[in-house]
Amino acid sequence: MSSFVLMTATGLGLAALYFLVASGLSLIFGLMGVLNFAHAAFLTLGGYTAWLVTDATGSLVLGIVAGVALAAGAGALTESALLRRMHGDHVPQVLLTVGLLLAFTALVRAVFGSDARPMPVPRWMTDVTSIAGAPIPNSRFVLIVAAVVVYAALALFLARTRYGLIVRAGVENRAMVTALGIDVRRAFTLVFAIGTGLAALAGSLVALVQDVVSPEQGMSLLIFAFIVVIIGGLGSFHGSALAALLVGLVQQYANFYALTGMGDLVVVLLLAGILLTRPQGLLGRRLA
Amino acid sequence: MTSAVAPVATTGEQSPVSAPRERTGRRAYRWGIGIGLIGLAIALPYLPIQIPIVFNGPINSPGPMHLLSLMCVMAAVAMTYDLLFGYTGLLSFGHGLYVALGMYTTTVLLAETDLGLGATLLVVLGVGLVAPLALGAVCLRVSGIAFAMVTLAFAQAGAIFVIRDPYDFTGGELGRAMTYEKLPSKLVGVFNAPYRYWLALGLLLLVVVVVRWALASRPGRVWQAIRDNEQRVAVLGLRPYSFKLLAFTLSSFLATLAGAVYALVVGGAHAEVTQATFTLGLLLMAVLGGTGRPYGALIGGMVYTYLVHRLGSLSSSVQELPAVIRAPLMEPLLLLGTLFVLLVLFLPGGLVSIVERPAPDLLRRLRAALRIRASGEGQ
Repeated sequence: MSSFVLMTATGLGLAALYFLVASGLSLIFGLMGVLNFAHAAFLTLGGYTAWLVTDATGSLVLGIVAGVALAAGAGALTESALLRRMHGDHVPQVLLTVGLLLAFTALVRAVFGSDARPMPVPRWMTDVTSIAGAPIPNSRFVLIVAAVVVYAALALFLARTRYGLIVRAGVENRAMVTALGIDVRRAFTLVFAIGTGLAALAGSLVALVQDVVSPEQGMSLLIFAFIVVIIGGLGSFHGSALAALLVGLVQQYANFYALTGMGDLVVVLLLAGILLTRPQGLLGRRLA
Repeated sequence: MTSAVAPVATTGEQSPVSAPRERTGRRAYRWGIGIGLIGLAIALPYLPIQIPIVFNGPINSPGPMHLLSLMCVMAAVAMTYDLLFGYTGLLSFGHGLYVALGMYTTTVLLAETDLGLGATLLVVLGVGLVAPLALGAVCLRVSGIAFAMVTLAFAQAGAIFVIRDPYDFTGGELGRAMTYEKLPSKLVGVFNAPYRYWLALGLLLLVVVVVRWALASRPGRVWQAIRDNEQRVAVLGLRPYSFKLLAFTLSSFLATLAGAVYALVVGGAHAEVTQATFTLGLLLMAVLGGTGRPYGALIGGMVYTYLVHRLGSLSSSVQELPAVIRAPLMEPLLLLGTLFVLLVLFLPGGLVSIVERPAPDLLRRLRAALRIRASGEGQ
């Protein structure tokens, strides 16, 4: 029983990370049609900024905030200065983000080396809390709380604000929104900034859970985030949340109860199954 | 991205009426250059040429020979990738999986069984046909960006399988070394590098011939039509799915074969090939040279491989480099990634297009790009 509780908590923590990365990816894709590989670069940016600032000031909160703000700013800049130039050309946009990812990862390697650097983690985070006899590290709770807060905030933003309305309408039918005289470009920049900010948040949280920052963290998380986005349905925010839960839990259970490494394969099989039976994803609209 | 530039006449595309002597002359000229280049490439191991900074030693010494072999193999893989991406319009992020399949099948079969090289290669060919057919059938159920993500996911499954090594034969992260005793002696040892070079060159020539032939064939025309307008192909009564599956299978089959040669050249299988960055590298090669152009990917693959292997040592061979310049040079991808971004922004046709449509066009493009930027800033 206690191991089941522990696995569930770990799985939920993983799901929280997937959700933070995937929700931004999914919104960006839904609105702009861009598969953003550079998301991994912003994740790395967030992780390294959090590490540097925390190391310098001793304040973890300051580190995370700095990482998120820097990544959101860099994201807005990337969108308005680079991606906007090739508006509507999806493949070149993907290529551009791939180039940014490769160049940025190499830059991080050149400056900080390719080895992992230890992240200063506050004591209370590595302490454990017992639930039903299972010792659960507090960092898992931080992950889960962060994801729930982000989910609620984003859901409110999408449902209640004017920009949220524009974003939802844009995902539904971008041409129509533009035809109605609404400037979607500002919504593009906003969504991109939100997405990259969330990626940076995920980056600093990964660093906290794994105790280290390394240049490869972004890419490995990105691939599972892609899987989550497809299973949830491209462009569907709630779909991403649902799929993140599913993938995170299934992966942990399979890794624990079957074979180590099995979880990752099961997730890919799950993806294949979804594609064969429901190519548009769990909550996605059928692609034209 | 999808350029309207059709592959320049190397096959009998023109109607004979409008092909006067000048055309025939140009074709003979092209053939002459081609045969000359191939002859030179075959003769390289006999030519003790010193090219000071480019290679660290005479061109027929083991080091440069090895580098040239790698360049040939990677150029071949890049061409198979461009068959998918540049000519059929299928953006795959899982192409490395098939290279890895060829590499690991060769290495593992040679180590674990008594099949010998010939039979092993036959098995590789079989595997290289069946696996892409099965995986492609699933992946191609979705198209566009979703296809890209799904191929990435399958490649990731392969990578995890190789790294975790559940059945204890892939050697995990370290990869697996070749069992040299079971190879023909000509392919083993530092001083037999020329033989491995000829093997790699043979692979490249084979891939070039097969890809060019396939693209000129009837399905090849349909692939390019799918790239330009898939709906139109469907309206014309052809099933894009079957043609895409054909392109996927052919391209992956050739990539598997290239993987086998790659294993022989580098002496084993290493897990790097299964990583997503390897396939991203292939994409970079294709775009660097110019996608959907006859020899774009080939040139891109060669340039990329050369730079990745030589930039580091080039920077250390030049003495007084400040750390600011040296550090980025040690990470070739920083330079290549930036170059890639610039190419995507300013020169979508890749390096080949500079030769194709020379300076005035390039200048005009640059000027146009600058003008767009200026007007963007003015807003």
